[in-house]
Amino acid sequence: MSKDMMAAFELYQPDSVDGAIDLLREAGDGGWALAGGNDSLDWFKDRVKRPRTVVDLSGLDELRGVRELPDGGIEIGALTTLTEVERNGLVRERYGLLADAAGRVASPQIRNTGTLGGNLCQDTRCWYYRYGVDCYRAGGSSCYADSPQGQNREHCLWGADRCVAVSPSDTAPAMVALDARMVVRGAGGEREVPAEQFFIGPDVDIERMTILEPGEILTAVRIPADWAGARFYFEKVADRNTWDFALASVAAAMVVSGNTIERIRMAAGAVQCVPRRLAVVESVVTGQPKTEATAALAGQSAVRGATPLNFNHFKIPLLQNLVMRAIRDA
Amino acid sequence: MKYPEPKLAGVSIASAKATRRQFIKGVIASGAAMSGAGALIGCSSGGEGGAMAGGVERMIRLNVNGIQHTVDVLPNETLAMTLRYKLNLTGTKLGCDRGECGACTILVDDVASYSCSMLTHSLRDKTITTIEGLEASDGTLHPVQQAMIDELGPQCGFCTPGQVMSAVALLNVNPSPTRDEVRMALAGNLCRCGAYDNYLNSVMRAAQNA
Repeated sequence: MSKDMMAAFELYQPDSVDGAIDLLREAGDGGWALAGGNDSLDWFKDRVKRPRTVVDLSGLDELRGVRELPDGGIEIGALTTLTEVERNGLVRERYGLLADAAGRVASPQIRNTGTLGGNLCQDTRCWYYRYGVDCYRAGGSSCYADSPQGQNREHCLWGADRCVAVSPSDTAPAMVALDARMVVRGAGGEREVPAEQFFIGPDVDIERMTILEPGEILTAVRIPADWAGARFYFEKVADRNTWDFALASVAAAMVVSGNTIERIRMAAGAVQCVPRRLAVVESVVTGQPKTEATAALAGQSAVRGATPLNFNHFKIPLLQNLVMRAIRDA
Repeated sequence: MKYPEPKLAGVSIASAKATRRQFIKGVIASGAAMSGAGALIGCSSGGEGGAMAGGVERMIRLNVNGIQHTVDVLPNETLAMTLRYKLNLTGTKLGCDRGECGACTILVDDVASYSCSMLTHSLRDKTITTIEGLEASDGTLHPVQQAMIDELGPQCGFCTPGQVMSAVALLNVNPSPTRDEVRMALAGNLCRCGAYDNYLNSVMRAAQNA
């Protein structure tokens, strides 16, 4: 089966964000915002997604680059490539967590063209959904992954609601851990949304991964100064070190004084449809000494309530160990 | 029962009595190239040579290997397709066409990129370098290409152009890499023969010779 040629679409290359928003609003459901293209073109070639109008954002230079904010935080344009995020001096100096996460995405070539915004907004990798079956997420009435023989090794431990797909992004857990704000622009202007609320699960809307409505664009992320220069930990486990999406990942930011964990934010990737904020771990370890015992307790508390599917039980000890290491080694 | 002869782009294959490669090159070189190539890659085109309704102009200028080409590009055309089927630069290989193998690696403004995963229209103002653009005008091979020969880098050779382009991108910014740095730089290029160590040897030799 060769489906490599994309179906025809109209291509627009606006030179302003407002122009892009106008085009996307006009196109409605038939519109598609294209950034780096690594995720989008796969969809088009497989003919699972067939937009009539593609709006190429790559000419919008105002959405590129890293800027300092007056409060000491930084703003990263959504079209900044993952390689630029990984290598940027400001990001490395203040938010090494994000540099590490960006550096673990896919392969060098994909990081060279893939954008931060695209990595955050990419669609889930459930292969039933990707294959184009009529599952819940595709508007149908069944889930093929959560069935007696469904292959769900990569799927969720929490938040199943008809769909059991997970968030594939490596940078998303880092955004939640850093308490980043997502800057969303639409026809009505700009709004800031906390990273934790930007991502949505199937209980909120089963056909989307983010709050972005048609005609809205993620233009930037703003990372507050709160966690600048904190201690960080990022680890991603995948079947292969290149290209592959996470089986589980963990991102942590903590401030330690003496040997006491003063404050901490932590999130896990690929265990839920959204990056999972590990609030229980945060409350368990805050004020505790940064020791092996605390780390072990953190790991245990991280996986409380996990509900595995037929083939992903292994994710429970995997996540437990990742959280344990994050507390121990950050 | 007699079956009709297969037809492709208005040319009878059976009567052409040419190899597939000659046939494809012939189609590309002929005046039918621009309109024919649309049919060759199985796609309907919009208005002949004109703009799609309100969308991008199809005739664009593209800087490839230091040459400004004027080429008719479909809105839904990847750079790999333009290079191979419009510009006859078949050194760039298509393996998976999904950004998962690296055979199509080229340089955009000196940065290694998968040409299967970018729309040609996004690259109008960029400088594109393919494997054909590496050798000097007198035919002297790029140090990486020469080292690939000296170290017997490739086995079957299909992934080699992509491996070379990734290595060139690395050496442009880091002329004396460690073996691990080379490994990371070539991590986005699959080799089904498993000749990875040979490729690493080649790039390390190129770094010494350059």
